[in-house]
Amino acid sequence: MRGGVPTKCHGPEGGRPMKRVIEGSHAVAEAVRLAKVQVISAYPITPQTHIVEILSEYCANGTMNARFLRVESEHSALAALIGAQSCGVRTFTATASQGLALMHELLHWTSGARLPIVMAEVNRALAPGWNIWTDQTDSLAQRDTGWIQMYCEDGQEVLDSVLQAYRLAELVYLPVMVVLDAFYLSHTYEPVDVPTEEEVDRFLPPYQPRFQVDTENPCAFGQLVPPGAYMKMRHNIATAMDEALRCLNEIQEEFHAIFQRRYDAVEAICCDDAEIILVTSGTITSTCRLVLKSLRERGEKAGILKMKLFRPFPVALVRKATSRAKKIAVIDRNFSFGASGIFAQELRAALCNVPDHPPVFGYITGIGGLDVTVELLEEIYWKTKNTTFPEQESIWMGI
Amino acid sequence: MQLDAPDHEYMYSGHVGCPGCGAAIAMRFTLKALGDKTIMVLPACCWSIIAGPYPMSTLKIPVIHSAFETGGAVASGVRAALDMKGDTETTVVTWAGDGGTFDIGFQALSGAVERNEDFIYVCYDNEAYMNTGVQRSSSTPYGAWTTTTPGTEWKKMRKKNIVEALVAHRIPYAATANIAFPEDLVRKVQKAKKLKGSRFIHIYASCPTGWRIPSEMSVKIARMAVQTNIFPLYEVEGGVKYTINYKPKEYLVREYFKLQGRFRHLTERDLDQIQEMVNEDWELLLRKAGERI
Repeated sequence: MRGGVPTKCHGPEGGRPMKRVIEGSHAVAEAVRLAKVQVISAYPITPQTHIVEILSEYCANGTMNARFLRVESEHSALAALIGAQSCGVRTFTATASQGLALMHELLHWTSGARLPIVMAEVNRALAPGWNIWTDQTDSLAQRDTGWIQMYCEDGQEVLDSVLQAYRLAELVYLPVMVVLDAFYLSHTYEPVDVPTEEEVDRFLPPYQPRFQVDTENPCAFGQLVPPGAYMKMRHNIATAMDEALRCLNEIQEEFHAIFQRRYDAVEAICCDDAEIILVTSGTITSTCRLVLKSLRERGEKAGILKMKLFRPFPVALVRKATSRAKKIAVIDRNFSFGASGIFAQELRAALCNVPDHPPVFGYITGIGGLDVTVELLEEIYWKTKNTTFPEQESIWMGI
Repeated sequence: MQLDAPDHEYMYSGHVGCPGCGAAIAMRFTLKALGDKTIMVLPACCWSIIAGPYPMSTLKIPVIHSAFETGGAVASGVRAALDMKGDTETTVVTWAGDGGTFDIGFQALSGAVERNEDFIYVCYDNEAYMNTGVQRSSSTPYGAWTTTTPGTEWKKMRKKNIVEALVAHRIPYAATANIAFPEDLVRKVQKAKKLKGSRFIHIYASCPTGWRIPSEMSVKIARMAVQTNIFPLYEVEGGVKYTINYKPKEYLVREYFKLQGRFRHLTERDLDQIQEMVNEDWELLLRKAGERI
């Protein structure tokens, strides 16, 4: 739930009379049903299981006309989708943590093969020690695999993002990972507007593949490639990533026209006059909205930059949103050992060629599911305000 | 000799295999039996190279090249997609080497056949990682030299019995075949094609490069593997009904071993021991086929 701060994203106008109270996981499953996915393949891992349990049920009872492959590993889950999507059908999988790490090889394969597969990724900490709670390092560690990554704040955004993910993937022929926090989002019940099939059909037409495996037109997919052709293919992926940023913007217009909701690559909240901007992603954003409201009431010039899209990284939008800030505080629920928080790294990289850009403070918190409270976020704000310049790359909070 | 096999060729005249490549012969006859309504999943193996580089292809059927360990899983997805599209006519075939089958792809294969996915899995077996330069696999036979079992470290473990591992899954059909017996090979692939569910065909495919034999010996060595009982020709229906297709009494194993550089280091005593192992395996097979009590 978004703590009372009105935003451009979720206007009350045009709302439907009845919302359903469902889990974040259910929001994923409803979107997959509405997207009329034809092949689903998955392997169980906490906290992803509620997603695939519902989808299994939908396939079993005829609610969905789809094949559900109950494979023997996450690696095979994605491999099976690579086979299915190559034959021109819409596909889906969901995983988390160790499961995503096991898929790593095939994450590269999916983008290299230009397959518009959509995955729900429930952010969970990596072992050891065993920890099933939320942590973004699993998905952010896959940043170089050529997948588009969208981070979600609440159940509505989860449902809407899955629908948008198919639209975007099938426009640019790149896979999309829709990322949601373990438990704080996957297992939390919230009111969600579940659209009708007719509405979704207007937004998301049936998949019309540009290429597919066909015995009438026999071709080799993914074969041996010499350096020159390989490099050109990789450049095409880079171009498609750039294209995705533009397409996402266009998709929002269409989505808004039908559903009266929109999600931009970044959401700049009160950033126009903000001296200190807190950069957030996932459910921490919701808590931060409460902090922002309270700070503003006390006359503090604070703002939030919510990072919805991580890949492609929206460099221009980040530069624009932070152009008037005096300080930036990035809150990372993840860590790249030997470097820093991963959103902080990306922010710094985005700003380094901007003359006189504001200093970037990196805060690490919420690791392994540690609760990120209003008090902790406020402490981050004051720490940033009361320090002239960041003396270290990363400040660990809550240890 | 006139072969009783379909005339049509599904390979173009050029490929990138070594001279005498058994895997190329295996592909040629398998495709004759499968026909053009076939989609092939090709996990990393010698054939990833043999099929030729972009933008060329040796094969006249559509091929999905895939990651090493994914032969069973990618084919499962292809079948699921075809089913959703209402295509019941096309045969889905995975074509993998012994490394991709016995070792790295074994999990995905076991998973796929446990689910009884409707596809044919063909393993062409050249008994080592030949594409990477002759490293041992769990298919490498007892006694063999490879680049990772050099000198006195020659392989001291038996070859994994992959067919029995597949039979233990109670799949509808499992069979061995051999490039030196193309009619038997074509018959088995045609039989597999008519069945539903998971079907497994294990094709012996000699490798002159890795086995240190002259390229013109490829088919002869393959024939001797059957004639010595080292690689018996048999099929298993429903996981229980064994049929032995060929009962030879032509050669001792030492005659097969003596022709190959990869076994050069073995002593007469080693060869006696290997003969005993082969005899033991053959007796076991005869019992399974109900020909011994």
